[in-house]
Amino acid sequence: MGVIELAWWQLALAALMVVALAACTAVARLGMGRSLLVAAARTVIQLALVGLVLEALFAAERLVWVALMALGMLLIAGREVMARQRRRLLGGWAFGIGTLAMFLSSFTVTVLTLTVIIGPEPWFRPQYAIPLLGMMLGNTMTGVALALDRLTDTAWRQQAVIENRLMLGQRWQEAVGDIRREAMRSGLMPMINAMAAAGVVSLPGMMTGQILAGSPPALAVKYQILVMFTITLGTGFGTLAAVAAGSRRLFDGRERLRLDRLAAPRG
Amino acid sequence: MTATDALHLERLTVGELAGVSLTLAPGEIHCLSGSSGSGKSRLLRAVADLEPHGGEVWLGDIDQASLPAHAWRAQVMLVPAESHWWADRVGEHMAKAAPADLEALGFTAEVLEWQVARLSSGEKQRLALLRAISRAPSALLLDEPTANLDEVTTRRVEAWLMARIRERGWPVIWVAHDPGQIQRVADRHWRIDGTKLVEVATWA
Repeated sequence: MGVIELAWWQLALAALMVVALAACTAVARLGMGRSLLVAAARTVIQLALVGLVLEALFAAERLVWVALMALGMLLIAGREVMARQRRRLLGGWAFGIGTLAMFLSSFTVTVLTLTVIIGPEPWFRPQYAIPLLGMMLGNTMTGVALALDRLTDTAWRQQAVIENRLMLGQRWQEAVGDIRREAMRSGLMPMINAMAAAGVVSLPGMMTGQILAGSPPALAVKYQILVMFTITLGTGFGTLAAVAAGSRRLFDGRERLRLDRLAAPRG
Repeated sequence: MTATDALHLERLTVGELAGVSLTLAPGEIHCLSGSSGSGKSRLLRAVADLEPHGGEVWLGDIDQASLPAHAWRAQVMLVPAESHWWADRVGEHMAKAAPADLEALGFTAEVLEWQVARLSSGEKQRLALLRAISRAPSALLLDEPTANLDEVTTRRVEAWLMARIRERGWPVIWVAHDPGQIQRVADRHWRIDGTKLVEVATWA
């Protein structure tokens, strides 16, 4: 069962409708036309470039290139985690903790899934490795960014409470315990919601894509379950590591709350 | 259990203050006054090791730096001017409150079931003192412990605090504004003058 070929002129039809939508919002003075067109253009350019890169990567099928691609994705995700925080840790810690947490969780889970569960030949076969890692990183990034943002922002707002708990002789882990729990919760909630709603409220994008591409639904479902579990693992362990390291960094060796290690919020 | 350790500040340096040396015998109350912003609270925070500082603090023969910070703070307990509460009920914050202490501050055992959100600022201040003392410290650092209380309650809290301090033998640094209160409770009185502490003669 083959996939129906899509020609560029057919895409142009869809693009024309987006332009029509932008025109409508412009006429109604809703002020969204410009950003809509810019975003649509970015989609075309970015995906076309990625398509070229993937074509080359699939043709070469060399571990070095796959690893380089993975590294590039990781660094961009790390930057994104840092950019999404209102009060990030200073001195490269926001980037460092986020990137390391994502590296430890996403890479470990992806490699394990490839070698132990799916088992393509060779194990780093880019058709499997890159999309899998991409989905892991994308979701882990959201979890880590949400958790770190919640952690630092809440610590900032609850400075007096944390310090009062320290004054009463509590360990730093205890004094920041509630905030750590909240940060973990906000990091994991999107994934828990996605699993709970999968198939009932929404058909997951990857499964839909696979079915469109001609896979039998039963196989697509199995892949979707696998991917959701691995994403949950990656997000969970990544968030866990980020919250542990981030909250430790909020205190110094004498268990003092050090909010001077946070950047002032922008905007 | 009676603590018998003196609190000793050795060339303590924090903020504007430099080289503060002070020895408080067990059961002795030293009042500390000074204009706002002169560094009274920061000095207390340094003694509790909540703020980076120079110099040393000793409790008996225990050096501040030799204990894990949380263990030090459990011994040398700071009660801030404004208390903060994290759980819903008052009782969740207390180790064990003696009924006699509750009564002395005008509460009954019922207060432990109260919602923190319902407390007035005066109730919070008295309960914060109880909360600190319920954890059995060895020295107290009090930052304006009666700031939100009326005259009658202030006297009541003072009397209760002084009785406990004498009984348990805590060395106490007590930040106060009111000259009347300083006269009533202080064994010695220090005023912050620029970068150092100056002793003020007590009337008693």
